[in-house]
Amino acid sequence: MLPSLTGDAASYRTFLDELTTHLRSYLRRRLGSLPDEVEDLLQELLLVVHNKRHTYDPKQPLTAWVQAIARYKLVDLLRRRSRGDVLTDPLDEDDQIFATTASDAAEAQYDVAKLLRGLPDRQRLPILYVKIEGASVTDTAVRTGMSESAVKVGIHRGLKALAERIRRIG
Amino acid sequence: MKTEDLVCLLSTGAEAVDLRLPSRRWLLALASGALIAFLLTAGLLKLNPALWHETSKPMFWVRESYCAVLGVFGFITVVRLARPGLRLGLAPMGIPVAVIAMWILAVVTLAAASPQTRARLILGHTAGVCPFLIALVAAPLLIALLWVMRSLAPTRLRWAGAASGFTAGSIGALVYSLHCPELAAPFLGIWYLLGMLIPTAVGAWLGPQLLRW
Repeated sequence: MLPSLTGDAASYRTFLDELTTHLRSYLRRRLGSLPDEVEDLLQELLLVVHNKRHTYDPKQPLTAWVQAIARYKLVDLLRRRSRGDVLTDPLDEDDQIFATTASDAAEAQYDVAKLLRGLPDRQRLPILYVKIEGASVTDTAVRTGMSESAVKVGIHRGLKALAERIRRIG
Repeated sequence: MKTEDLVCLLSTGAEAVDLRLPSRRWLLALASGALIAFLLTAGLLKLNPALWHETSKPMFWVRESYCAVLGVFGFITVVRLARPGLRLGLAPMGIPVAVIAMWILAVVTLAAASPQTRARLILGHTAGVCPFLIALVAAPLLIALLWVMRSLAPTRLRWAGAASGFTAGSIGALVYSLHCPELAAPFLGIWYLLGMLIPTAVGAWLGPQLLRW
């Protein structure tokens, strides 16, 4: 985790890949009755791990930090489910038809790309250019007419807003 | 979106993270909260005119240490509750220890006092307003601490809110003591503690609503 916190994209990518594998099997074990939720919650977890990575204390075991986040989000989901099930029951039947036709299990039910479109431009464009197209912050600043720090803030706030929207949907 | 695409999105152009950010925010919250608390105390309530004279009494320092020690233990607990997966350790236990120490001192004081003066030792002159004024002075601290807590990642929301409230209450009491004329241990063990428990209850109530992420 530590080298990936210093802005080394390659090692951060490796970390997130390994994390994905671990979390997926963790969630599959815990969400036996809700298999459709696994990939959704996994993506939400990856987003919050990213958004909250400044709360990691380098002196603590990484597993303890990740576990606590995963458990918190899992409990949150199960609580929402038990509260909302009565209301969403009729919809669930429709959902299952789509769920069984989903060819790739590694795809979430909501579409992050679609959620992204709902963000204001000053958050959406920095994420689109820097995080999806891979442009540099400097180039993005030129393309959007924003300052470099505004681009960074836009990415940061946009990813937080995405996590918030996913939480609302789930 | 596929999960691997999301991983790609998150890692592309990832900026370095400032790991000292939480500490800086906590210090800023404490400093600004305490400053507003002081302005409230000095402006609205006025500083105790006998303050300078009272610094020569041992009970003055007992009172200040009582509030400060509770604030330190509370703050350590707050900082730990704000990060996922950290053990709380022994810091929260320091709070009941300090309170019980004050209660022991209170019982000793009452036992040594003549029966006519006991009521005065318990009620002082300001028992009716003290807890509410402490809660008032603690309010800016509570807001500041919850603000920072929101930007971090507490996983036990009610506890995180309560600990923020208690810390705000005890630092608020420390600031309020610059106005307060009371020095008797029974008074401090009851009314000061109540004053700290009001923001604690408010924090515990607000925690699950404000701190979700």
